[in-house]
Amino acid sequence: MTTRLVGPFNRVEGDLEVRLETEGGQVKAAYVNSPLYRGFEPMLSGKAPGDALVIVPRICGICSVAQSAASASALRALSGLALPDNGRLAHNLVSACENLADHLSHFYLFFMPDFARDGYTGRPWFERVAKRFKASSGSATADVLPARAEFMHLMGLMAGKWPHTLSLQPGGTARPLEQAECLQLTALLRAFRRFLERHVFDDSLESVGGLASLSDLAAWRQNRHGDLALFLEAAEDLGLDRIGRATDVFLSYGAYEEAHGHLFASGLWRAAQGHPLEPDAIVEDLSHAWLAGDTSSPAQGQTLPLADKPEAYTWCKAPRYNGGVAETGALARQMVAGHPLIRELVKTHGGSVTARVLARLLELALVLPRMEAWARQLEPKAPWCHHGDLPDDASGTGLVEAARGSLGHWLTVKHGRIANYQIIAPTTWNFSPRDEQGTPGALEQALAGLPAPEAEEPPLLVQHVVRSFDPCMVCTVH
Amino acid sequence: MPELNLLWLQSGGCGGCTLSLLNAEQPALMDRLADASIRLLWHPSLSEASGNEALEILRACAEGRQRLDILCLEGSVMTGPSGTGRFHMLAGTGRPMMAWVEELAAKAAHVLAVGTCAAYGGITSAGITGPSVGATGLQFHGEHPGGLLPASFRAGAGLPVVNVAGCPTHPGWVLDTLLALSMRRLTEDDLDALHRPRFYADHLVHHGCPRNEFYEFKASAEKASDLGCMMENMGCKGTQAHADCNTRLWNGSGSCLRGGYACISCTEPRFEEPGHPFTETPKVAGIPIGLPSDMPKAWFVALAALSKSATPKRVRENATSDHVVVTPAVKKTGLK
Repeated sequence: MTTRLVGPFNRVEGDLEVRLETEGGQVKAAYVNSPLYRGFEPMLSGKAPGDALVIVPRICGICSVAQSAASASALRALSGLALPDNGRLAHNLVSACENLADHLSHFYLFFMPDFARDGYTGRPWFERVAKRFKASSGSATADVLPARAEFMHLMGLMAGKWPHTLSLQPGGTARPLEQAECLQLTALLRAFRRFLERHVFDDSLESVGGLASLSDLAAWRQNRHGDLALFLEAAEDLGLDRIGRATDVFLSYGAYEEAHGHLFASGLWRAAQGHPLEPDAIVEDLSHAWLAGDTSSPAQGQTLPLADKPEAYTWCKAPRYNGGVAETGALARQMVAGHPLIRELVKTHGGSVTARVLARLLELALVLPRMEAWARQLEPKAPWCHHGDLPDDASGTGLVEAARGSLGHWLTVKHGRIANYQIIAPTTWNFSPRDEQGTPGALEQALAGLPAPEAEEPPLLVQHVVRSFDPCMVCTVH
Repeated sequence: MPELNLLWLQSGGCGGCTLSLLNAEQPALMDRLADASIRLLWHPSLSEASGNEALEILRACAEGRQRLDILCLEGSVMTGPSGTGRFHMLAGTGRPMMAWVEELAAKAAHVLAVGTCAAYGGITSAGITGPSVGATGLQFHGEHPGGLLPASFRAGAGLPVVNVAGCPTHPGWVLDTLLALSMRRLTEDDLDALHRPRFYADHLVHHGCPRNEFYEFKASAEKASDLGCMMENMGCKGTQAHADCNTRLWNGSGSCLRGGYACISCTEPRFEEPGHPFTETPKVAGIPIGLPSDMPKAWFVALAALSKSATPKRVRENATSDHVVVTPAVKKTGLK
């Protein structure tokens, strides 16, 4: 048995270290470490509840709106306010903008450059992929950065700035739009659609979002010259549809509230069928984290650093659902929501690198048309925000979907001040350490069994699997 | 211009300054770096090199085998618990990030603190119940000189740590600073007392605020989504905070004030602990404590009383509404 320490893992958000125990060039066991702790949960204690809206976005610069939305949602649960239609639409539009921009950044800047590494020289697709996706210098970077920045003008319009907006409020948005601004919004969504259809898909969003089976996908790929087709070609050649399987238990809190239910439903997918979401089934196990305390529901959880704790190897807690490991993210969201192509892909080979990346790109095709519809539904002269006082003593939960999965905030207020604030981020689920029973987290399971040749430093397949989860390490331990 | 190589590290922050940097426009990030003759040695979000390949670049800089022109740190320096730096060990090295930063800063020709965390400690150094995480800035702790590096520190080319403060920083602030360094146009005189580049820190957030008509008449917002001035009730510090947010703009057309919420003075040391709820204005006898930086209090009070008495109906009613309820009159006789 040989131990290899892999880090810093870059092109993930934040700092990540993975310890691999290998034998005969194969991973026997993986231990995932989030090596940065900042203490946001204790920082929130004693503050005015509304201050959470300033502080929690600063947990993360890549999904700061998701943190903001979860906090606004938890405060809304405290106050009993309901969102006016404009407020709900604005929350959806701002959240969708961040989520889609994340999917885009992840695919182009974080994930695809691994295929342009010298280790793949000679593969039939290598020259084309290297020219397009080489880190920093590939032609895709020059296309994507301006398109992403222009799409983010939505944030300038509806959220003041990104990251770290304060416009999402418990009762709606602090940024009402006028007629002219609704028109600008429509124009910039059209521009982003044009970019996606031209470069990512080489087809209309509706056509891509409507792919309903593996045979549909195989037929569609023929003669497509977009970046999705290029990814599928490389992924097929490397067998990535059979690599990186975790538990195949998928969790989603439900994404984008519409007038009647979520655009993507909430729930748990386990043993090849869907179950309703039960928030009370969630606990956090601290046995292998540098933290003091016992397993508990996040509503009662604690965050007390204990840097010298034996048996611990990360700052990340281990969230469990009914005692088991769950995976979250775009793949989980689409499994729970029932996208037929994604369900068939997972039924055939289980969760995989290919499935995670494809689910992410499908969301680009599925969500942008909804954003266009939401923008059309805005009514400038109707209310944008409801107002009300927060109670001095109450508890509330905010459950939202960030780009990379389920994000929950659990908040208790006593005597008008925050008494406890606990957060479970998507990567906390996916990159959790072992629990008290010794069960490894989702990534730890997905890495076991992979080839890890000595010559590859770090091993290429390990990198694909790690990045396929689109991890956000600063959120993980906050 | 000679090519300058740049090493970017992240510690006790959120990565938001890097993500903000990706929003650079006209031209986009990679072109702007190239135009400033900046070559990335390594950046945690953008570079191919991972694991040992990346560590080899860091080691080469630390050992002087690789010239290091610009070291950027994003995020605060994590000194806790109890000065050990254990709260951030650089992955793959078993060594605290603060030790890496100290060693690399000693080799760099220029050192940039990117964002308020790296400059002054930032949000990560906000008060905490329980053990302190020991977050501090590179060369300031809050407003006090001396952080990880002493107040006397000067980088190889002679400048102290340049504090590109902001939470997050505007991409223009970072890229203009890099361009100025590469054009040799950044001297100590170009930095303010808190070592921020003066090209953006000599402005106030108030400059260019589209709510200025409401400010003139002290027609104030009372709740989120109101159109009025946010200074009197909503905690806005735009008249005191140093930055050009309302003239440079964010993400095309935005700023915090344009987004409907208060300036929380995120370019200033200690913004993270204002001593009052962020979006409430502390007052004594009904008068805000934090008045515009350069204005005698008595004058402010007198002028505010006068302007409030002269507030047009249009401005007064729109201030507490979420859309324009009274429009400017259309005169039949033309403008004179």
